[in-house]
Formats: sequence, structure tokens, C-alpha cells
Amino acid sequence: MAKVFIIAEQRDGRLKKSTFELIGAASSAGHETHAVLLGEGVSGLATELGHYGAKTVHVAEHSALKYYTSEAYSQVIVPLVKSISPHIILGSHSPTGRDLMPRIAAQLETGLASDCTQLRFEGNQIQVRRPVYAGKATVEVEFLGNGPKLATIRPNALGIPKPNTGLSATVVQISPHLGTLRTRVLDVVKGSSGRPDVTEASIVVSGGRSLKSAENFKILEDLADVLGAAVGASRAAVDAGFRPHRDQVGQTGKVVSPSLYLACGISGAIQHLAGMRTSKVIVAINTDPEAPIFELADYGIVGDLFTLVPLLQEEFKKVKEN
Amino acid sequence: MNIYVCIKQVPDTETKIKLNPNQSGIDTTGIKWIVSPYDEFAVEEALRLKEKNPGSTVTVLSAGPSRVIEAIRTALATGADQGIHIEIPETADNHLTAKALAGALKKETQVDLIFTGKEAIDDGASQVSQLVAEYLHLPCVSVVNSIQYGNQTVQCKREIEGGSIEILESSMPVLIAAQKGLNEPRYASLPNILKAKKKEVKSLKLGDIGVSEADQKIRYKNFQLPPPKQAGKKISGDPTAQAKELVRILHAEAKVV
Repeated sequence: MAKVFIIAEQRDGRLKKSTFELIGAASSAGHETHAVLLGEGVSGLATELGHYGAKTVHVAEHSALKYYTSEAYSQVIVPLVKSISPHIILGSHSPTGRDLMPRIAAQLETGLASDCTQLRFEGNQIQVRRPVYAGKATVEVEFLGNGPKLATIRPNALGIPKPNTGLSATVVQISPHLGTLRTRVLDVVKGSSGRPDVTEASIVVSGGRSLKSAENFKILEDLADVLGAAVGASRAAVDAGFRPHRDQVGQTGKVVSPSLYLACGISGAIQHLAGMRTSKVIVAINTDPEAPIFELADYGIVGDLFTLVPLLQEEFKKVKEN
Repeated sequence: MNIYVCIKQVPDTETKIKLNPNQSGIDTTGIKWIVSPYDEFAVEEALRLKEKNPGSTVTVLSAGPSRVIEAIRTALATGADQGIHIEIPETADNHLTAKALAGALKKETQVDLIFTGKEAIDDGASQVSQLVAEYLHLPCVSVVNSIQYGNQTVQCKREIEGGSIEILESSMPVLIAAQKGLNEPRYASLPNILKAKKKEVKSLKLGDIGVSEADQKIRYKNFQLPPPKQAGKKISGDPTAQAKELVRILHAEAKVV
């Protein structure tokens, strides 16, 4: 049995689904699963981590931990890791995880495999595979040296386990000893859409230049809202000013791995395919039957998105209502 | 001000990736190499800061095989003053790359600001910025799309989840990792391209900066191309029938809705 240490993530008092994926994977493989949760007023969330299989939840609360900074968080996590000596440390490849884990890896002088899409436990080791060249190839990561093995896992790559309210974790409060902090969060300006982030959503509805205008994306937004989905865009649509860059899916935007990716009016440039190739089910709607997107799509409709998207919205609504 | 920019040379985004025969890496024959797009925002930010602070110098660093000198020259042609190339193997990981960059920066007398891209589009790990900062004991602000410069401080806007923007203040020196939107990178002008040929690019070996290949922490092996996808199913019929059938499949068969 390996000791697995997991960086739990919460924002605005809610735990991330990607944290449940990590805890579920480690505990269902029979490993001693530790989680660390940082923030202000977050102790109440420890119980829920227990339901997914965490054996021990280490909670650090401090006003300077209310918002994530790599500096403050690593000052709490690194000493804790040293006292627990885990074999494996896992985080999500989320905006927080991808920023924090390299800091921890540098302080521990150990290797980190980032953005892994496959994870297998083998004794006290992990076998991981990750995409390179934005998914145009994948590689297995070999860890050199004897330190703990660090990995960040792409959200949605492992699947969310079912919680078991019969399970509970031991909660350990730790008093953070923070040194000088050179970085500090002054404010967070909330995104206004209320929709999930493209990298974390389980369904992404994406549009290309064929949408013709920023206003026309409204039909994709309406469809997304029926599905609880995020709205993505191709580079062409972003370059044309239809959507902000944060919605861009592709090699020079976000890499996504949802269970359903609906590509509407996207032809499928190599650099776009690289960003959504690992989606579980891909649907393409395009007027051009020769569009490269159809080579990757599980289901394709040759047709006009302006006709089809509103019809799909009606049909999905019926399914959702039943 | 002494401003530094760390850049990486990567295959162009339209490159079709092929593997070498023993699957230990990619076949680099015929690849068109470019400066990683996010690093272009880093170079541009350094140049604009220099223009606002006369007397400043912009130094561009890149670690890699000798081909990366070409990427340094590209940055020099847009207006950077000098370059540093640190020779590391093609197979170097993020740690070794970061140790090499940090090692070269430690030899500089004064470092006020370091810029880099938020990630390189080939490896896409987004590790090097935080690793370099940590090895230099500096703070790091990543995914930055706006910067206000104060007196020995910077105020950065950075992208976090769900389209939210975080406003973060850091003391200087600091390493800032650029996101698209930070600025609009300029093109090289002909006089600058000519001038760039005469600018100094210093070459360092790992031994010169107290780093060794043993600082590598991970190695990539067993490269694979994504398995070819089976031909997908085309749904025919009139639009209403197509929509009904697609939703039925996604709900009842694929079970993703």
C-alpha cells in the first residue's frame, strides 16, 4: 500500500470535481489516501473528502490562504509533505494545480509529470501517460531518482467516483507558519457567464468562424445552458473577435477532455483537433462533408448549424425534462 | 532595468508529428521551428518596458540544442539587446531546462524582471516558469494578461477558472508568465533584422553554471501516436430527424447526456 497525498481544491467554499477524481482513484486502488485542504473557513468540506475515500484530511486555515498563491500554499504543503513522506503526490491540472505543483516539485527536488491523461498505480509507483504536442502524440513518463513521484491529472480524465456517506476521514487541523509573502491577491473579479470553465466542464459546445458574429454565439450559449455545458471556440472564431481567448480550444488555447464535445461549424484545423482529441464522444456539425473534423467525430451531421442547433436544443430539453 | 526573457523554440502548430523508429522521440526532419507563441508576448512586454525605461537592457535566454540560437536571433530582430544560449540535450526535461535557465540568470549581476510564456506549446507542461522562479527564490505570477508597473512592485491580472480574473500584487524582482492578450507582438523590421546579426549571443555549457545532466528528474519514453479513430457515424435525414436521432444516440447509447 502506497501513501498518496492529494492537493484538494476548493473555490468559494465548494470542492472541485477534479479533486474527487484523484481521491477516488487513489483510495479505490487501496492506498492510504491523504488530502490537504487550504483556505479560510473550509474545515466543513473535510467530511465530503472522506466520502470519496480520503483517510486523513489535513486542513490549514489562514486569512493569507483564502486565495491561492503558489508562495503561501507551498509554504504550508511542503513541510506537511516532508512530515508524511508520501510515495506519490497528485494534483489536478487546473489553473491552481498547474501553477502550484512545479513549486512543490522544485522545493522537494523531485520529478513532476504534468497534465496526465492516464494514471495507474503500481506498488509504490505510478505509471502515467501524458499528451505532448497538444495531443498529437503521447508519452510515458519515467521518474528518475528516489523522491516522491508528482503528477497533475487532466480534469475529467479519471471519472468521478460515487461518494459513500458511510466513509469518514480523520481531520487534522494544522497551524500554518507562513514566512514572508511577496505575492498577495488583492481582488478576484468573477466571470459573468455562470457557465463552467471549458477545461472542467463535462460537456463543451464549441463554435467556429461559421457562426459569423459574436451575437450568433447566442444559439450555442442557449444550447450550452440546457446541457449545463461550457462554450468553447476555435482559434478562427477567437481571432475574428467572436469570443474571448479564454474560450479558445486548441494548441494555443485550452486543452479539453469532456465526455461530450459538440463542434458546430468548426472545420478541424490540426491545432484545434489537438485541443479536443481526448474528448470521450465528439459530435461534428458542418456544411462541408469534407471537413477534417468528421475524421475525428464519433457522430457527424452534414448540415447547417443555424437550423440544427435550435432543434438540438429542443430535443435535449425534452431529455432533460424526463 | 535589467530585463530577461526566457523563450523556447518549438515545432510550428501546423506540424504533423511523426515518431522516430524506436519511438524514443519525434522525427524532427523537416520541422519548421518557431518561437513558442506565448513567449512572443513575453518578448514584446520586455521591449515595451524597455522603451518606457530608457537605459534598460533586454536579454533573451533559451536552453536547448544549438538550433535554438535561431529563436534567440528572431527575438533580437524584434529589438532585444543580447542573447544567452545554454546548451542542453534535446531530451532535457523541465527541471534540467529550468536549472539551466536559473543557473545562467544567477551569473547576471542584477535581475529586475523575468518574462516568459505561460507554457510552451510543444510540451505544454507549464512547469518551467515556476521552477525557474523557485530556483532563483523569486515569486512567480502566471497566466498574466495585464501588468501595471509600480515602484518595485507589479500589479498583475491573471486568468483563473471560469473566466474570473485575479488581481495580484508582487514585489520585484519577479518572474511573470505571459498569457495571450497581454499585448500585440511586433514584427521584426528590416534594419533590426540586419542589426540582430551583429548582436552578441553568449553560449554557456551546463558545466559553466554548476548544473549537470543528473539534474534531470523525468524522462519521456514509449512515444505513441493517437490510435486512428474508427470512422464515425454520419446521421442522415431531414434536420428534425437528424436532431432527434443524435440526441437519442447521445442519451440512450453513448449515455453522455
